[in-house]
Amino acid sequence: MLGEGILKGLAETAKNFAGSYVSKERLTTVQYPEERIPTSESARVFPFLVYDGPDWEAGLRCVACQICEKECPPKCIYIEKSKDKKPDYVGKLQIYPARFDIDVSVCMSCQICVEVCPFEAIKMDVEFELSTDDRFGGLLRNRQHLAKSNEYYHQIHPTEASEVDARLGEEKAKLEAKAKAAAAAAAAKAAAPAAPAAKPAESTPKPAEGTDKQ
Amino acid sequence: MIGKADQIFVLLQHWIMGFFPPAWQAVVGILLGVVAILIVFPTLFALSVLLERKGLGRMQNRYGPNRVGPCGILQPVADAVKALIKEDIVPFKADALVHFIAPLVLVVAVFMGFAVLPVGRNMVLVDMDASLLFFFAMGASTELAVFMAGWSSHNKYSLLGAMRAVAQMISYEVPLLMTTVVVVMISGSLSLVKIVEAQNHFSGIFPHWYVFTPWGLAGFVLFLIASMAETNRSPFDLPEGESEIIAGYFTEYSGFKFALFFLGEYVGMLGIAGLGTTLFLGGWAAPFAFLNWVPSWFWFFAKIMLWICFFIWMRGTMPRLRQDQLMNFAWKFMLPMTLINLMVAALWRFVDEAWLRWAVCWIIVIGAYVAMGRMGMRRKRIAPRRYRYAE
Ligand code: SF4
Ligand code: SF4
Repeated sequence: MLGEGILKGLAETAKNFAGSYVSKERLTTVQYPEERIPTSESARVFPFLVYDGPDWEAGLRCVACQICEKECPPKCIYIEKSKDKKPDYVGKLQIYPARFDIDVSVCMSCQICVEVCPFEAIKMDVEFELSTDDRFGGLLRNRQHLAKSNEYYHQIHPTEASEVDARLGEEKAKLEAKAKAAAAAAAAKAAAPAAPAAKPAESTPKPAEGTDKQ
Repeated sequence: MIGKADQIFVLLQHWIMGFFPPAWQAVVGILLGVVAILIVFPTLFALSVLLERKGLGRMQNRYGPNRVGPCGILQPVADAVKALIKEDIVPFKADALVHFIAPLVLVVAVFMGFAVLPVGRNMVLVDMDASLLFFFAMGASTELAVFMAGWSSHNKYSLLGAMRAVAQMISYEVPLLMTTVVVVMISGSLSLVKIVEAQNHFSGIFPHWYVFTPWGLAGFVLFLIASMAETNRSPFDLPEGESEIIAGYFTEYSGFKFALFFLGEYVGMLGIAGLGTTLFLGGWAAPFAFLNWVPSWFWFFAKIMLWICFFIWMRGTMPRLRQDQLMNFAWKFMLPMTLINLMVAALWRFVDEAWLRWAVCWIIVIGAYVAMGRMGMRRKRIAPRRYRYAE
């Protein structure tokens, strides 16, 4: 009969209307600033720089290789290389970023910078409340803002962080073994009679090259 | 028995008029009435916007606005402030003058209708003999405003919206007028004040509202549908179908002019609800004899707010119609039904036997409804297609 569907529809909305006052489960809205849903592990919002150890400046993994700067599709990363070097996590001297800025207003959260970084130095954060009342300075995050500890990384992406740590540990162990072997070889060579002074000096860079390629 | 509370506004008006010399009193009285209308109806507009947002939210299992003020009741104020401080953009190619006038014409036309609505006992600004006619004349000028807005914006969406709006409003104006004709036939007057008086009797405790008669009920339902279409309310909100033509005729309006359109639309709704209440639901008459002590204006406003709540409920329930469905419904269902209803009202007027006219009128109304419904819902049978040679 004509109009039946309308009556059914009206009954349905009336049920919703009354029901939403009675049962809380019906209401799907999360009252945001007071209530929050925990972010999922795979959430990604904006990149941050990982550092190891207590000091963010000394522990930054980034070696200012500028790959991410080149790969970033909207070109929102700005890097300046340092003039001096600092030791990285295996102890090798590396240059570091004297300036590392990412523009929040331009970044599109594509995660490409993370994918291309060969040093596991840049990762995606889950922090999403990045709005600010200073639309020029406030939206350009410098390296101090961006630096977050490895522990924090473990907190927000536990699975991924452990994988990364395992890989880095493995590589470090491999390098150490290699270095040890090289050192042993060098020692053996040095022990050998009439070795020219140049030889051991030549053999030492080898492990260092290895660190570059990891 | 006319209580003090019932006449409080009338007494107030006379009291203020008393301060002026006799020559001015008539003008002052009218001005006071105008001011009252300009205060009361925009307030009701704010209230209905709030009700709408809250109610629609609840129907969709959301909270609705709940941030501004306790439980969000100050939301309309926030909306108004927002509308006022927004930039007013006039498109470069728009006809600036017409673009500017259109919202004003709409609001003025919509408010003019209230001049003849009796909002309570002795509470009508102008007691015209042909007030029903006046109301419709004013209501029809809103179409002009809508078309002015759509045409002057120089935007294809606006123009499409305006064309849809005009087509829809003109088509539904016919059944809207025809449904009111039955009331005029029975009450024998075009004056809204007289129409309310005619309904303000009681048998026992029950009132003699026109909606409780067969022709009245049919007329009421038809009027309800037509009024929804006339005010471009969902499910008849094609003129501003957001998903197709952005916002229809007010696509190019922003800031305060948009707010005026918004106001016009809601006040138009209140106006047509007021007219429907007056015609079918007894206007300011109390629903039961023993409730006669409650002020008459209270009943009027309670009834129109109920009407608005129903509009909101419909909006929360129904999807938007398609243009062809809209037109088919107007011309193939609404118009024949109103014509049959005219006949029923005539029978009612001239058959004297009480039981006979009740029976006959009910049978005709229900029979016509069922038959028309059947016809309207009949579809072409679509069987799966058979390919004779391709198999
Ligand atoms: S997430 Fe994408 S857009 Fe953002 S900084 Fe990294 S590469 Fe650039
Ligand atoms: S790719 Fe990695 S290491 Fe290279 S500059 Fe970017 S963050 Fe630093």
